[in-house]
Amino acid sequence: MKIILQNVCLLNPEQKLNQKNDLLIDNGIIKKIGSLSSEDKKDADVYDFSGKYCVPGLFDMHVHLREPGREDEETIITGSNAAAAGGFTEIACMPNTEPAIDSAEVVRFIKEQSKNHLVEVYPIGAATLARKGEALSPMYELFEAGVVGFSDDGVAIKTASILRHAMEYSKMFDLPIIEHCEDESLANGAMNEGINSTLLGLPPIPSVAEDLIVMRDIIMAEFTKAKIHIAHISTKNSVELVRQAKKKGIKITAEVTPHHFTLTDDSIKTFDTNFKMSPPLRTKKDIEAIIEGLADGTIDCIASDHAPHSIEEKEMEFIFAPNGIIGLETQLGLALTELVHKKYLTLEQLVTKLSINPRKILNLPVPLILEGEPANLTIIDPDVVWTVDVHKFKSKSKNSPFDKRLLTGKAIAVINKNKMFYEDQFIDISS
Amino acid sequence: MPLSSKHLLGLHGVPREDIQLILDTATTFREILDRPIKKVPTLQGKTIVNLFYENSTRTRISFELAQKRLSADTVNFSTSGSSTKKGETFKDTVRNIEAMKVDMIVVRHQSAGVPKFLTRITNAIIINAGDGLHEHPTQGLLDMYSIREKFGKLEGLNVCIVGDIAHSRVALSNIFGLKTMGANVSICGPTTMIPFGIESLGVKVYYNINEAISNNDVLNVLRIQLERNAGERIPSLREYHKYFGITAERLEKFNKDIVILHPGPINRGVELSSEVADGPYQIILDQVTNGVAVRMAVLYLLGTMH
Repeated sequence: MKIILQNVCLLNPEQKLNQKNDLLIDNGIIKKIGSLSSEDKKDADVYDFSGKYCVPGLFDMHVHLREPGREDEETIITGSNAAAAGGFTEIACMPNTEPAIDSAEVVRFIKEQSKNHLVEVYPIGAATLARKGEALSPMYELFEAGVVGFSDDGVAIKTASILRHAMEYSKMFDLPIIEHCEDESLANGAMNEGINSTLLGLPPIPSVAEDLIVMRDIIMAEFTKAKIHIAHISTKNSVELVRQAKKKGIKITAEVTPHHFTLTDDSIKTFDTNFKMSPPLRTKKDIEAIIEGLADGTIDCIASDHAPHSIEEKEMEFIFAPNGIIGLETQLGLALTELVHKKYLTLEQLVTKLSINPRKILNLPVPLILEGEPANLTIIDPDVVWTVDVHKFKSKSKNSPFDKRLLTGKAIAVINKNKMFYEDQFIDISS
Repeated sequence: MPLSSKHLLGLHGVPREDIQLILDTATTFREILDRPIKKVPTLQGKTIVNLFYENSTRTRISFELAQKRLSADTVNFSTSGSSTKKGETFKDTVRNIEAMKVDMIVVRHQSAGVPKFLTRITNAIIINAGDGLHEHPTQGLLDMYSIREKFGKLEGLNVCIVGDIAHSRVALSNIFGLKTMGANVSICGPTTMIPFGIESLGVKVYYNINEAISNNDVLNVLRIQLERNAGERIPSLREYHKYFGITAERLEKFNKDIVILHPGPINRGVELSSEVADGPYQIILDQVTNGVAVRMAVLYLLGTMH
């Protein structure tokens, strides 16, 4: 089956490509870019994407799919549906499932579940067995089975000793250790420490809980010469630590979530547990530092930390409610609204952070918009104004603090693996 | 004139007129407590649930007595043997209780924000009897009532809250209420027990108890909460007493008419010496009596005017 994307702006910073053109996809392959003949157009479905952008398929490198173990909250398929609806063609899923992704069997299970889906799912392996921080996971076996990184996400790798060994071992595969940076002894509260935690009487988490682990990991990465990736960075000091580490040539990368560049701890004043996250929402000065870090390249990519939780789990007392929010379906809209339309980032920079850099961090190829290449594409309408409605989400869970929020810009289609998601439908474009 | 809010969730943002009304109403109820028959039919037919998810003796008894003095029907709920142990969610527990047609819920919970959460999931009138480290508004009101009873006013008084401010729900309610009523509020305690940014509430911070004593008319002395890991914040109770404990010797040194409050229970020999706890400066038992009157006022005003 042939499809034509007409009058679309082809944008791929990796290729220095930014031009309006027509694009023909035949049997999942980019067949032709440029003026299309009547022969090219014969039997093709034509989509007029005037004013829209066609970019390499977006990649979210920090997603929780909950399967195996908590299929009531999300499954590999519902999470992948949410990813497609949010504009992502590929995602990486974190290992804090039950059981954890600490065996080749679980990796194979995840890949098997997702193999026929438009969205490609790349598992991230646990760095330590059951993420307990006591013994290394079978990292080699996990690598062979197809993991793209290692993490004990949800918590930091427990001790400097096991961190050292995980880092040294990961060098054999040139994959990063992806670190959840919170010192456990300081991070046992419910929100950021500040005037709001004082006013609300909620147990506080100081920003140094994050800074200390970032510092520890930077020192260890310098020592081991391994790759470290700082997940969901949230403090001003951490951003500066990463900036300085990059200047020293340490192999460090970092990501930020949309909620950490959009919301402050002021949001918690209503005690709504949809604003409870780990790391917690910080302050305006942290957001300013994060945006500066995004603009100057200190922060390499944006990831959702999509963390589905059931309604009954979130609808409870604040200190007992689990951390985390869903984010796959709001991520692009928030990034366009808060970063591009406010002129902190160009659309090219955003595509770099949502599509190119995540793949580079995980040693995966960046899709190219070139004749002969597989079509792995996202179509973005940067100007469409829409209202977030969690009840229309594909995700099984609804725990978003952005419900009813007005956003500008979203993905209107994704194409990958000879499939297309458009107007809420998965379309097989292979036949 | 009714209160401006349906619920009493805290004293943050409660207008001066509301606090004045509660304190004035409490004065009339205080008088009832000295009568031979200490009961009025004001809340007859109203059903109140005391939902205590955290241990409490005096607050629960104080609320229960206040309810009985007003002729309300009361039910007590505590966590031991409750449905939460059987895996039921807090929300379902509360909605089941509400389905039994209760009018008011008095709630104490270890999680800040639970009273606010209850206003979203039930239609009952909610009274906060202490939520996490957040607020304990009736304690704040009874403290203000007791101070006003002693001095005849609140405006212009210098009141210092002493002790583990960071782990106190009494401190915040006192700060909000007293400042609204025009008092000058300060706090005093070791640096490890002072919460972030408290000065931005217009509160002076003392780290020296002698300065706090010499500059204030009232000391509201908080309990050192050993059950909340106070031990991580101070080297020892002995050292705390030595540098922050209120002793007769310290009070006499400044030779002034200072008034000591304490929300109880007292750790004798830690925050207060026994001599002070039983001495002429303290109004601790007055606070306990006044607590019933203040809670009667709150229950009456919320229970009959909304």
